[in-house]
Amino acid sequence: MKSLHEFLTMGGYAAYVWPAYGVAAVVLLVNALLPGLRLKRRLAELKRLERRGEHP
Amino acid sequence: MNISWTWFHRLASPPYFFRLAGRLAPWFGWLSLVCIVAGLYGGLWYAPPDYQQGDGFRIIYIHVPSAYLSMMGYTLLAVSAGIGLVWRMKMAHAVAAAVAPLGASFTFLALVTGSLWGKPMWGAYWAWDARLTSELILLFQYFGFIALRRAFEDPRSGEKAAAVLALVGLVDVPVIHYSVVWWNSLHQGSTVFVGEGSDIATSMLVPLLIMIAGFTAFFAACLLKRIQLEVLERESGAAWVRELLEDA
Repeated sequence: MKSLHEFLTMGGYAAYVWPAYGVAAVVLLVNALLPGLRLKRRLAELKRLERRGEHP
Repeated sequence: MNISWTWFHRLASPPYFFRLAGRLAPWFGWLSLVCIVAGLYGGLWYAPPDYQQGDGFRIIYIHVPSAYLSMMGYTLLAVSAGIGLVWRMKMAHAVAAAVAPLGASFTFLALVTGSLWGKPMWGAYWAWDARLTSELILLFQYFGFIALRRAFEDPRSGEKAAAVLALVGLVDVPVIHYSVVWWNSLHQGSTVFVGEGSDIATSMLVPLLIMIAGFTAFFAACLLKRIQLEVLERESGAAWVRELLEDA
């Protein structure tokens, strides 16, 4: 079983391993959230137009 | 013959695809979450350090799935753009447009993680090596596709021109894949699927396979959402969208 220290320092590679995982986390989060939010916003916008009777 | 093609025709129908994508996306999303959490535990904690690369090798758990998706994404982009070009299928163009930013983001991730691995292992963040250069070209091809689609006043002309560009650029995908074989590349060769079985230890391989599955499911979930958005933009005046708005 490895220690928490080994895990955090990544055996001396912490300066490369953690930034790589950090960038991956950002890229995945943006991809996960952006399309859903955009879809929701667009649907709401279309609904508003629809209610006003303006067909896009 | 007629019956077996009905599913294909139905997939080509925007309202059908919109609803199907909305139902499928959450399943792929949860599957990806489970796989990525398990893969992170396996890759960052359970797998032993590499005998040559120490803990630095752990970058492969995000690098390999991203690089694989960058090429699969481009293949999907070019094939669907090609289908749209030949059979004038609206849905195919929508898929191509939806996959482009997603594929580009994974290409970027493959390049950044590879660069962060290269510094301690090769002594440089970047080298003008065959594998690295062809992957960078792939990123520019994604950008080129996105830019060319928007460069025309008539969106249909943009789609057509971008589809031709995408098909021509498809030649880069086998170049990336075989670059480590064809040229004396700095990049290491394939270790996962070499001849019979694999060249890497099971405790390192299993987390990698789980991460590849997780990233692929994630890609699918995001792609379905993006296709929904793309369809909605194209069809915003259609009767089925109005019905959808009334139901919601």
